[in-house]
Parts: sequence; structure tokens; C-alpha cells
Amino acid sequence: MNIFDVIGPVMVGPSSSHTAGAVRIGFVARQLLGEEVREAKILLYGSFLATGKGHGTDKALVAGLLGMKPDDYRIPSSIDIAEDKGMKLSFGEAVLKEAHPNTAQLYLKGVSGKTLELIGQSLGGGRINIAEIDGIETNFSGENPTLIVHNLDQPGHVSEVTSMLAHKSVNIATMQLYRSAKGGKAVMVVECDQEVPKEGIRWLERAEGVLKVTYLGKEEEK
Amino acid sequence: MTEYHSIHSLLDLCKEQEKQVWEVVQQADMEESGATEKQVFEKMRFMYKAMQQADKDYEADLKSQSGMVGGDGEKMRQFNASGKNLCSEYSGLAMEKALKMGESNACMKRIVAAPTAGSCGVIPAVLLSYEESKNTEEDELVKALFVASGIGKVVAENASIAGAFGGCQAEIGTASAMAAGALAYLQGADNEQIMQAATFALKNMLGLACDPVGGLVEVPCVKRNVAGVVNAISSAQLALAGITSVITPDDTIDSMRRIGNDLPSCLKETSKGGLAVTESARKIMERFKAPQI
Repeated sequence: MNIFDVIGPVMVGPSSSHTAGAVRIGFVARQLLGEEVREAKILLYGSFLATGKGHGTDKALVAGLLGMKPDDYRIPSSIDIAEDKGMKLSFGEAVLKEAHPNTAQLYLKGVSGKTLELIGQSLGGGRINIAEIDGIETNFSGENPTLIVHNLDQPGHVSEVTSMLAHKSVNIATMQLYRSAKGGKAVMVVECDQEVPKEGIRWLERAEGVLKVTYLGKEEEK
Repeated sequence: MTEYHSIHSLLDLCKEQEKQVWEVVQQADMEESGATEKQVFEKMRFMYKAMQQADKDYEADLKSQSGMVGGDGEKMRQFNASGKNLCSEYSGLAMEKALKMGESNACMKRIVAAPTAGSCGVIPAVLLSYEESKNTEEDELVKALFVASGIGKVVAENASIAGAFGGCQAEIGTASAMAAGALAYLQGADNEQIMQAATFALKNMLGLACDPVGGLVEVPCVKRNVAGVVNAISSAQLALAGITSVITPDDTIDSMRRIGNDLPSCLKETSKGGLAVTESARKIMERFKAPQI
């Protein structure tokens, strides 16, 4: 345990799980979308739904979608700020089976029309887990540079990604593979020790059989 | 290697290296993070400054979303100013600041989790009031924060600082122990006495339920920050008087973990027991049904 986990973090209250963690979920979702959010449908589950209003979970998620960090003074007024920016917001209840008690389900549409569906869990102390992207199970914290590749489930894509990373001298910390069905859509989640260069991401986007590439950089967060 | 995972080993390091608690805690963090002495010290100063700012930013007319919390810090300030203060000027001020910070947190203002958001009022109340009423140099208060964080780290590693795992003893209890050690340090206690102060504070809060109304960090959290402050002050005074605990610091932390495990889940931040299921709580929560989410 680090002493600055005991004294800290600096955050907007009232709850590290329901407020700070919710900001992080929104923030990671915004980074993964890769562009400004135009439309957001925000669905809450469990304790997020039951006590979210009193904890400002809705405002926290929207603040994150606007690119704010958990210590941003503007979190309480995030919904007004989003409306001023023309972001369309709707809220509701997430219908999920046996999810983590602090779960948010987000449906996002960006300014260029890009979409992202995401399920995020707040684990406590401000830490989060991204549990689903576009309907496919995932498992990552967003604390490391993370590359997410959506592709057709066919041979060769893993080696394309790992070769590109090797070529760019990026070391892989963890790697997870998921697919909806054999030969269907697959997702690769690669947590890295270094930043993945932009040209590497662009190269992947053009590769055949790759449907979508999303990247969560570390620097954008600091 | 400067490494400690118990109060005993922390005190041993102090003895071996002939250092004060804060120095050893700082040294251990330097070795772990690879940062310089100055960087680590300034990082802690940043936390202290953020506490000062949060205290300044208190707004008397703010209410929490549920309406249960707000305005009590201002009431306490007025009472203290009226000259009817029952305790010392320092203690009265610390109680006022604890309320203010807890209310600010409930009203979505910026605070420093210490160790958690729900218990964020205890440590700043004890330190900021000390700086104001006793004219202390800021560096001393930053050092006191190192003392507090060393105590908190050991509790976090051997018991818990999360209400969901250990009940409120893990939150306000830990905050109070950290604050007691910090306050004893500021008053010139030796290393042993600092840990005695922390131990008294923790012992007095063992077994405390975490039963927030509606699951919100409001009731009983905000006012319990005041209890944490007063407990810290009395514990520091006990230690400074040379009184010692029969149960050792590490045994106390150990029993805190066991009690946390033994507590039923209805008293661990689930709002399914204690104050959360009273008639008064039910009535308030009925009025505060979340319509738009």
C-alpha cells in the first residue's frame, strides 16, 4: 500500500466508488471513443442506480465523458456544461444479469458518428474495470496504455498486432482475447508498458479484417 | 531497505536509523517510488495544501442532494464565536473544521480522501486547526501527515480502510488513529508515544458499524468525523501523559481485522442494518426517491 493511497487522492466528493470511480469510467469511455461525445445514453445498475443520485454518479459519468478527471471542480455542473456543448444526454436503468453492484452501461455516439457501447464497473477507492466493449467481454483497468482491436475471428490478427507492437518496441503487459462466436467478431485487449505510437494504430486500422481500433493512452490522462 | 508492514517494524527502523517516524515513512516511500526526498516531501505538501483549500472553499448555504446534510459547520462556527465553547479553542475549531469538510464532501466539493472520502474531515481538522491556533510552521504539519500516512498504511495492510470490508472502524477509526499519531507528534511526543496515541484512538473505535442512510456518505458519516477528531485529541493527550496501552499497537490492528471479518454484512456499507433501517431513515429516503435516474 502506497502512502499516497492513504493520504489522497484529491477528489470531488462524496464517494470514491460512486463519484471518483464514475468519473474514471466516463473518462476512459471518452478516450476509447477517440473523439468528442455527441450523444450519450447512460444506464445505471445496482448501487449506482439506487444511490447514484445522492452521490452525483450521473454528473460524475458525464464529467468523465467531457474529459474531466476525478478532481475537477466542474464535476457538479457537468450536465449543464454538456448541454451547453450540445451533448445529448439520456439516463435510465440498466437491465443486466448479476452484474457488479456499481455498474454503468454507456451507449456513446461521437461527433463523426463513431459509436461505442461500454460496461464499466467501479471497484472501490476510485479503481475501475471495463467489463464489456461493444457487447464483447473485456477486463482492464485503464491504468496502462491499452490497445483494443475489434476484428473478424480469423487467423493472423494476433500476430499482426504483436508484430506491430514489437516493431515499435512496445512491451505487452497483459493480453486478452474474446470472441462472440467462432468465425464471428473478436476483440483483443492489449495492456502495454509503453505508449503505442499513432502510426502503429493507423496501420492497424487499415489492416484487412480489422473492424475497429480503439486506444487508451496514458499521457492523455495525466 | 527501508520497509515496514507493522507498527513494531516501523518503530524498529526508527531505532536502528535513529530517526523520527516521519523520516522513516518518507524514506520508505522514496525507496519504493524512486523519487527524491524533496519530491516526496512536496507531494505530501500538495496534499496538505489541497486540505487547506478544501477548508477555505466551504460554503455555509450548500445542501447535499438528499437534503440531509449542510450548514452545520457554519452553526458550529457561530457557536464557537459566541464564547460559549465548552472545550478548548483548539478542540472547538477542530470540531468545526471536521463538520465543514464532511459537509463539503457530501455536497460534491473537492476534498482529500484521508484515508477515505467519508472520513475526509478528521485529519485536516486536527492539522489545520493546529496550524491556525498554535502558529506552527507548515513543514511541521507536512511531517505530521507523513506520521499519519505511515500509521494508515500499516492499518490498510493488516486490517482495512474500507467500510465495505471492515465497517466504520476502518474509515473513521483509521482516520482517528492517524490523526492521533500526527497530533502527538506535533505536541512533541516521542516515537513510542505517537504509536500509543494511535492505538488508543483505534481501540476506542473498534467494532463501529458502517450503516449509512440510503447508502449515502452523509448520515452518520459527517458528524462521526467530529467524534473521530475528539477521540484523536483525547488519545494524543493520554499518550502525552505517559499512559500506555495494555494491548500493543499491532495486536490492536489485528483485532480490528478480526472484528471486521466478524461484523455481519448488514453493518458493512450495505445499508441493510443499523441506522439505515430505522423509521427516521425510511421516511427521509421515501421523500428522496431518485426520479430522473
